[in-house]
Amino acid sequence: MENLIALLVAAPLVGAALLLCGGKRLDRAGHWIGTLLAVASFAVAAVLFADMLGKAAGHRALHQHLFSWIPVGGFRADVAFQLDQLSMTFVLLITGVGSLIHIYSIGYMEHDERRRRFFGYLNLFLAAMLLLVLADNYLLLYVGWEGVGLASYLLIGFWQHKPSAATAAKKAFLVNRVGDIGLSIAIMVMFTTFGTFAFGPVLAATGDTGEGRLTAIGLMLLLAACGKSAQVPLQSWLGDAMEGPTPVSALIHAATMVTAGVYLITRSGAIFNAAPTAQLAVVVVGAVTLLFGAIVGCAKDDIKKALAGSTMSQIGYMILAAGLGPIGYAFAIMHLVTHGFFKAGLFLGAGSVMHGMNDEVDMRRYGGLRSYMPITFVTFGLGYLAIIGFPGLSGFFSKDKIIEAAFAKGGAEGWILGAAALLGAAITAFYMTRVMLMTFFGEKRWNPAEVHPHESPKSMTIPMIVLAVGSVFAGGLFSIDDAFVTWLEPVTSFAHGNSPVSATAVTAATIVVLLAGVGVAWLKYGRKPVPVAAPRGSVLTRAARRDLLQDDFNHIVFVRGGEQLTRTLVQLDHSLVDGAVNGTAASMGGLSGLLRRLQTGFVRSYAVQMLGGAAVLVAATLLMRSV
Amino acid sequence: MNPVNYLYLAALLFTIGAAGVLIRRNAIVVFMCIELMLNACNLAFVVFARMHGNLDGQIIAFFTMVVAAAEVVVGLAIIVSIFRTRHTASVDDASLMKL
Repeated sequence: MENLIALLVAAPLVGAALLLCGGKRLDRAGHWIGTLLAVASFAVAAVLFADMLGKAAGHRALHQHLFSWIPVGGFRADVAFQLDQLSMTFVLLITGVGSLIHIYSIGYMEHDERRRRFFGYLNLFLAAMLLLVLADNYLLLYVGWEGVGLASYLLIGFWQHKPSAATAAKKAFLVNRVGDIGLSIAIMVMFTTFGTFAFGPVLAATGDTGEGRLTAIGLMLLLAACGKSAQVPLQSWLGDAMEGPTPVSALIHAATMVTAGVYLITRSGAIFNAAPTAQLAVVVVGAVTLLFGAIVGCAKDDIKKALAGSTMSQIGYMILAAGLGPIGYAFAIMHLVTHGFFKAGLFLGAGSVMHGMNDEVDMRRYGGLRSYMPITFVTFGLGYLAIIGFPGLSGFFSKDKIIEAAFAKGGAEGWILGAAALLGAAITAFYMTRVMLMTFFGEKRWNPAEVHPHESPKSMTIPMIVLAVGSVFAGGLFSIDDAFVTWLEPVTSFAHGNSPVSATAVTAATIVVLLAGVGVAWLKYGRKPVPVAAPRGSVLTRAARRDLLQDDFNHIVFVRGGEQLTRTLVQLDHSLVDGAVNGTAASMGGLSGLLRRLQTGFVRSYAVQMLGGAAVLVAATLLMRSV
Repeated sequence: MNPVNYLYLAALLFTIGAAGVLIRRNAIVVFMCIELMLNACNLAFVVFARMHGNLDGQIIAFFTMVVAAAEVVVGLAIIVSIFRTRHTASVDDASLMKL
């Protein structure tokens, strides 16, 4: 069975190679090849999953050693895969959602002349992401990590003829690099500490390692997670990444790649468990981001950017849960999976709306679309109910558990985190209701003469329906007898938290804040008509429209600061380094100028010098003799 | 006769030669003064050979004569060619190499 693991990665990799190197002759069949290979990968994953379910809980992990990559003395890097319950969950999510989005893209990218290339990049992404979650050591994980970064860069900038898309791609790449440096440093520290970077030995050895080292590794891993998962302070790229085609936003920037940070932290759980400081940093980042993203999501009029803010916020929940330790890991992953369903569904819905509205993204120019796009409306609506945590739907189960776990952290910390998570839930309900109302309800704010909203083709609606079904049932299914937690427990371990608030009270509070959020949104956007031109808004709204000034902050601190630094360095170079060099040259020049005076051009003065010299020599000789 | 007197003579001749080289401008005269210095040395060598009772000094005197002969050939040729191009034999005027 374990020999099948490499197939998971190989199928999309072959697809990427074929489509990117195959040239124009594959233009007509390219999207089918890409989709077929993605589905093939999913089929392999399903077979492996079925096999895994048949085994006892403790013996489910599979291992496949492919080849030794860099065997040099004591240093050994292998290309080896490890498929345990955690990886399996990710593999199913990646290949499943990935396949659906491949199918969706067939319709969405129908009129794009570079469709073959698009599918090549999508396959490349799948291969890299699978490599990331299947790797059995941090170095191979790093390869996948960089691979998804590359695929993300290529896909955000897919419409590179638009300067905004090209810039957004570069921004995403650069911000991600900052995080990647964290990962590479973490791997280096790991190697010097443990002498290896394979998951097994590293995670087993955390018990007898100094806390300082572990904290350093943990913080560096957190930096990496912040970059890839768009968490504060490296969150600024995600909003701009929406310049990419919508299926890309759904697959990479909602369901899979941006959750790589959560995977990294959960996978390295043993390190974080032994380093409380790093763990505290993780929860702080999570809590701050979940509020940050939610606030940004409230102010955006661009439907995709509103959803991007929401993604940031939801991943904040996952990071928060992952930072809580064994009481949270399983719920982080559970929310990750349900979020994969409903957020991908919401993005595909947004894509479907844009498809029918001539690529308009401004929600103020939507309105009343529910009767024109019934399927999109229903699937988007179900995703909406799932994300706000409507009782009975996926988001309700997973988010509720995270809020409960946050309270269970204990002490003042627990109360603060729990309150932040609850507040986040309220804001989530507000901004998602706002998106829903502005898009599908209210009066039409578009010009019927120019825009003809219509339902999207089947290739697009079917994936949306499948994802909507997932959004509705996944959470409930996972929660029957705590099935999901039991499934992950051998990998992530699980501990029941002692919450100062009872589970019922948390659930009740969640529902109350949910209703409050929805109610406020209805008062603001449902009861009265939405103006087409955005009102000026309060200070907070204006700041949130500018992504809470993140770019301004980066500009002032890093761009200006960097410029100042380089200017100082240039000055130093000019005055100190060049000064020394030029000074030497000038003093040599001056000295030779002085020496040149000896060269008078009068033969007789040379003769005097020779005579004098000879006399000196003779005198010296005589002197030496006498001494 | 005391050979030291010959040494005084050699020193005197050398001094005259050296003074001539340093003072005179005419290249021919300077040249002759150089010959005078060389011959003063030769005289000294011969005297030393006599005083020490071996032939080393005389051999070196012969060497000096050979070298001086060769030097005269080259030196005179240079002086003549300088005179032809610059119509003067003054050593002070030959300073084209000076920066």
